[in-house]
Amino acid sequence: MIILYPRHAFKVPVDAECISPDVFAEKSAKEIATLQIWEGNQKRTLSDLFKIKHETDSPSEEFTIRICGDVSKVRKIGAKMSMGHIIIESDAGMHLGEEMKGGVITVTGNADSWTGSIMKNGTIEIKGNAGDYIGASYRGSTQGMSGGKIVIHGNAGYEVGCFMRKGLIKVYGDVGRFAGIHMRNGTVFIRGNSEGRAGAQMINGKIVVCGYIPSILPTFTIDDVRPKVKVNGEKVEGPFYRFVGDLADGGNGKLFVSKTKNPHLDSYEKYL
Amino acid sequence: MDIAIKDGKIVEKVDEKKAEVVDASGMIVMPGGVDIHCHIAGAEVNSGRLLRPEDHVKDVEVKTALTRSGVGYSIPSTFTTGYRYSRMGYTTVMNPSMPPLEARHTHEELDDTPMVDKATYPLLGDWWFVLEHLRDGLIEECAAHVAWMMTATKGYAIKIVNPGGLESWGFGRNVKSLDDHVPYFNITPREILRGLCKVNKLLNLPHTIHVHTNNLGKPGNYITALETMKCVEDLADGNRPVIHITHCQFCAFKGSDWQTMSSGAEEIAKYVNHHNHVTLDMGQVIFTDTTTMTADGPFQYGLYTLTGNKWVNHDVETETTSGIVPFRYKRKSAVHATQWSIGLELALLIKDPWKIYMTTDHPNGGPFTAYPNIIAWLMSRVARKKTLSKISKRARRKSLLPSIDRELSFYELAIVTRAGQAKALSLTQKGHLGVGADADVAVYNVNPEQVDPSKKYKTVRRAFKRAAYTIKGGEIVAKDGQIVRPIFGKTFWVDVKTSLPTEVNDDLKRKFREYWTVEYENYSIPDRFLHVPAPIPVKAEV
Repeated sequence: MIILYPRHAFKVPVDAECISPDVFAEKSAKEIATLQIWEGNQKRTLSDLFKIKHETDSPSEEFTIRICGDVSKVRKIGAKMSMGHIIIESDAGMHLGEEMKGGVITVTGNADSWTGSIMKNGTIEIKGNAGDYIGASYRGSTQGMSGGKIVIHGNAGYEVGCFMRKGLIKVYGDVGRFAGIHMRNGTVFIRGNSEGRAGAQMINGKIVVCGYIPSILPTFTIDDVRPKVKVNGEKVEGPFYRFVGDLADGGNGKLFVSKTKNPHLDSYEKYL
Repeated sequence: MDIAIKDGKIVEKVDEKKAEVVDASGMIVMPGGVDIHCHIAGAEVNSGRLLRPEDHVKDVEVKTALTRSGVGYSIPSTFTTGYRYSRMGYTTVMNPSMPPLEARHTHEELDDTPMVDKATYPLLGDWWFVLEHLRDGLIEECAAHVAWMMTATKGYAIKIVNPGGLESWGFGRNVKSLDDHVPYFNITPREILRGLCKVNKLLNLPHTIHVHTNNLGKPGNYITALETMKCVEDLADGNRPVIHITHCQFCAFKGSDWQTMSSGAEEIAKYVNHHNHVTLDMGQVIFTDTTTMTADGPFQYGLYTLTGNKWVNHDVETETTSGIVPFRYKRKSAVHATQWSIGLELALLIKDPWKIYMTTDHPNGGPFTAYPNIIAWLMSRVARKKTLSKISKRARRKSLLPSIDRELSFYELAIVTRAGQAKALSLTQKGHLGVGADADVAVYNVNPEQVDPSKKYKTVRRAFKRAAYTIKGGEIVAKDGQIVRPIFGKTFWVDVKTSLPTEVNDDLKRKFREYWTVEYENYSIPDRFLHVPAPIPVKAEV
């Protein structure tokens, strides 16, 4: 196991694409210490910014990187990683696990925006809250998250799962507006409330809102009332209104909204 | 054989003891490349850049001691565009389709495109004054007005895009044939084409009219392309071309819909082989993710409905329209693969290399950085066969390529990539290495006596990707694919001398005040606005 301790509180963004089990694996302690990292516009080495401690693993354990200390300004931790485990015992910065292909990232604090953007596989678990664009595509691109799983125990921001193609995003808290915007496929599960406009321009896939949602977009049509809904093999008890959309884009996405938490939506029932 | 260079020109001989010697033994020496049609600057290109951050992130150029940083794969930033052309041995680049209103912007970007000489073609095919003059049959007045426009916008040639169609697009319509009427103006595309062709002759402009045909990108449009060529057939005198059909691949589709779409290259090649009044460029498609951008608003709208991709569509006041749609050409798509095939069929079936030039219509068919790939396909059957084996089955069955044995020699390649283009543009000092020519030279590290391009196409492709030396104006600017000396290129524009000084009447000024967002006084670009202006004086017959 490798443990990183930030040497000081970072004032400017740090671009740390090198903090990844794939990069650290099979490198000597000296090589790891001299890995290049950007602090603002300054080139630094990893050991300039972090105290690095090596601990011998038990052979059965996965390659693990533990980060102890605030890294909320450190971006791209675990980018493109394909194996191993990163544990962040505080807040993490933007672009956490960007384009990751495998392995596990666990954050005990909060995560920032673009967590798991363009990820292909693997798992990200965040015990606190997360920012905007969770599992989204790069700006302008239509290739969002295409596999893997993101679990957020707190709240998430706007545009969760933007251009998502496959995989699962679970948010146990509330989400901002436009959850599942442009979704092509995959599942977004929201235990808490949504600020609305869920599923805008979605083509396919599934969004489940177990809490309150102010309104449904006018381009969605009611399809059914279901007693329960399946999310990744698990059954979630309802009942749920099932909406289909986004019809403005010829979409066939399914938006499940809790019936009990949304009594103001009962006017839809007359169209059933 | 030695080539002597002095003061930026090729001369008979120089003092060898004092001169710097570039040893190019065992290499190919060609004039600097000339690109007749590539969208590298202007409002449209810049909107494309804004539209596509995801295109930039995948291709980043880092700043060096000599060069600036830049981004962009299909629409590189200005400096990067210049560097990349220079690395491939290109020294002259023509930017087509400049809305006259955006001339200032275009020239600012062209000034920021280093390493190459350049020029730009103002869009005049749907310009209100041109339409009005041509409707009233006032060819000479129209010519005088176009002469003023060339000076005002610092343009080089008359660009016509979907004649009549762009004005109709303002009314939500399009023209479908050469004899459809344009709303309000009551004029047909045929009259616009013939009129501007006559104007071009009256003004003695160096290039012919540069035409993007009607019905571009629609199945069955090869007939429109043929009619466009035929409609100015009688205006030709001698063997001088009078019309250039640009990115001809996009207007050589046969069939009635996308299911039956096939190649019309054979018919077009047959016509071009028997007529000397027309030149073409390929508009070759590359299988990649690119950005389409033309002044053809209705066509781009069609492309948007086809792809559902993000898009930009714009009406440039009284002048033209424009549209941008990101596009991915896929090997396994029958239509895209057929398009790929059509471009190469055109280049190979047209016997005279002086009539067809190599372009991708950058970035519409693919970025210009893919030119070495096209060179490999043109010079090697094996290379074509290899790509053919990977494309859609339906396209492969229909393709004429397996039946074409022709492989371009290095001489023919020099014609389609520089000499022919320079001739079509009447750039008499470009495209050759004779005494008096500009000292723009490209040296490629491939020995034509030892390397058979037909078999060793990969060697050729590699060599053309990175010129061993690029010499621009007598100075080595790039070496082994590295920029060693950043320079500014010249901006050519046509200074048309009419017999009477071009008179700007009150009517024109009044219309500017009424119809344009830019006042007449601010519309003209002064010569001093350009970094390195290079006016080409032309004596007109009016």
